[in-house]
Amino acid sequence: MNWSWIAYPEYIHLLAVGLLYTIILLFGSVIVGFILAVPLGLVQVTGPAYLRIPAKIFCSFIRGTPLLIQMWLLYYGLGSIFPSIPWIRTSFLWPVLREGFYYAMLSLSLSVAGYEGEIMRGAFLGVPRGELEAARAFGMSGWKVLSRVWFPRAVLQVLPTLAGEMISQLKSTPLAFTVTVMELMGARSKISSDTYIIYEPLILIAIIYMILTFIITRGFNYLERLIPQRR
Amino acid sequence: MKLTKRLLLAAATATLLFSGTPAFADLKFGVDVSPYPPFTSKDASGVIVGWEADFMAALCEEIKEKCAFEATAWDGIIPALTSKKFDGIMSSMSVTPERMKTINYSHIYYNSAAVIIGNKSDDKDYSPEHLSGKTIGVQIATTHANYLAKYYAPKGAVIKTYAGQDEANADLTAGRVDYIMADGVTLGAYLDSEAGACCEQKGAVPIDVEILGPGVGIGIRKEDTALMDKINAGIDGLRDKGFFEANTEKWKLAGKLILPKDMK
Amino acid sequence: MFLVIAPLSELLTYGNTGYLDELIWGAVATIQISVFAYAFGISLGLLGAMGKLSAGPIIRTLLNFYTTVFRAVPELVLIMLLYYAGTDGLNRLMLSVGVGPIELNGIAVAIFVLGFVQGAYSTEVLRAAIQAVPLGQVEAAKAYGMSPITAFRRITLPAMLPYAIPGLGNLWLNITKDSALVSVVGALELANETRVAAGGTKYYLTFYLIAALFYWSISLLSNFGFSWLEHRVRRGQPKLA
Repeated sequence: MNWSWIAYPEYIHLLAVGLLYTIILLFGSVIVGFILAVPLGLVQVTGPAYLRIPAKIFCSFIRGTPLLIQMWLLYYGLGSIFPSIPWIRTSFLWPVLREGFYYAMLSLSLSVAGYEGEIMRGAFLGVPRGELEAARAFGMSGWKVLSRVWFPRAVLQVLPTLAGEMISQLKSTPLAFTVTVMELMGARSKISSDTYIIYEPLILIAIIYMILTFIITRGFNYLERLIPQRR
Repeated sequence: MKLTKRLLLAAATATLLFSGTPAFADLKFGVDVSPYPPFTSKDASGVIVGWEADFMAALCEEIKEKCAFEATAWDGIIPALTSKKFDGIMSSMSVTPERMKTINYSHIYYNSAAVIIGNKSDDKDYSPEHLSGKTIGVQIATTHANYLAKYYAPKGAVIKTYAGQDEANADLTAGRVDYIMADGVTLGAYLDSEAGACCEQKGAVPIDVEILGPGVGIGIRKEDTALMDKINAGIDGLRDKGFFEANTEKWKLAGKLILPKDMK
Repeated sequence: MFLVIAPLSELLTYGNTGYLDELIWGAVATIQISVFAYAFGISLGLLGAMGKLSAGPIIRTLLNFYTTVFRAVPELVLIMLLYYAGTDGLNRLMLSVGVGPIELNGIAVAIFVLGFVQGAYSTEVLRAAIQAVPLGQVEAAKAYGMSPITAFRRITLPAMLPYAIPGLGNLWLNITKDSALVSVVGALELANETRVAAGGTKYYLTFYLIAALFYWSISLLSNFGFSWLEHRVRRGQPKLA
């Protein structure tokens, strides 16, 4: 096995930056995705048809198409429109529209939103009707029922799945390298193309991903023990 | 009944596994799956056409073999060769000392200048100092990427790498990169197209033979010495017949390629 | 000049000037890859599940290693590793046995690679499903004197199907989407064909939307298929909550 390339500081730097990008993409997409998932799930349970149907279609599309295609659709699809909008290069949005990183982040977040939206829908449906009726009987307004009873109960149901979702997202982050983001997979791509060594960099990042998975799983085990199990 | 079903299934699986690229091709050449006009690109009927496609057809006629292309991702093309997915690489692959540690090369069959292109609104200066802070797009695992890493990145240019040359071109059209460095002929094809209307060639980069290589050759595994001799004989034969000049004329690249007769 | 509503009538013609035949070929390749890799993965999963439940400690440790590693590492990394190492290793194996190097085309390699990755996931799904079969039924089968194979075929397998179908349905959807990943190593299925078509014509939005619609329709049809399957397999069983 040829591990001599690890000695080069520029490759270590590349891998470190790649790891940082991976972690930022992971946490960013999960947080934003979850925030989007809550209204997506809620609106499919109670919303008016003009909100419910688009939400349903959105979740179905995200869950039914490959993440790779979604990412390419966003990055290259939007990119192909830019030449016909000449003023876009001088607008304030340009620094964001230029960088593949934001497209990857958006695509990953929408992916989380689509999958978790479906799960949140089930969670909102699963809160016992009795509790909601009691809250309304108390005279709570619709918003209060939502924020004090419905939402907390639904979210607590969903939290145990958060670990699995996070690991699933971690395994989706390598796709970002196809849109010029230099996360771990992008770093190994550069190392492999410089040194012509193919297996060892792949094995190294496989190990890194396994370690990250292990850390996430242990972290969530710890958190779950902290949260008191109130039933 | 069950037996027939199972036999049918087995037969289907067998034909599936051994189908795809024509089983009767004795020689397979690896090529970049991304389009690289005018050398290799897929036309609308799915056939690979271009200067290099014609070269392969002529070469195989010369050495009396049946050949076919096998498309693969560019950054894995050398590992694919060494793991025997095909017998040679014919994808405008430059000969460099670094690559020669892993594979061998046939005689060089063309050479062309490496250029930098950019927006028409930018000036013609393309020195590393002038491009500091700008974003330059390049295809990954190319001699151009190595060149940029050696000369332009240390001066502060941001290098963005792409899996295929056409993706880099698309981002130049979209404005996500300011410049692209690649082979002059393929970028010429891009500049002539509608997508390249935004941009122009800034100039050829100062040559560094060790990084850019003296030209393009067919990559062959180190142990395939017999195949190497065969292919070299074929290339020399074509050179003597004037094939390269005729092919260059056909694809309207006269003057842009340095051909074997003018080398060595 | 919006590149969205591209001249579809020109682009999507069959034959030499339009891309429709390439897209159809890519779609067929995607389905081929998905179906065969799924079958391969489920076979591996069955072997793995049975191994985990009834084999000795060495095999169980190996299987644990297999499922842990293959489910913790991103599919893309595994696909790349297996793609380069797989044919290399397979050919060396063949040479050591004395058979010449077999020529597997890109699709066959994709099937092997994806199937191997799926095997790890289906091992877990099938193991959980087999374990969910009430032990009493298995014991009764043994009491009747059924051989292990007969017991498995007649009792365990039908009983475990209702528990397995939801998980297996998910795995099928995953594999149809993961088949797009093999485009990164250059295998010619739908995602790659659309990338080449888009790259050739610059109509990125159009072609990627077409690809997305195709995958979407596969997933919608599969959902119907699996609901029907679950319904059938649950005949005569008490309904779920």
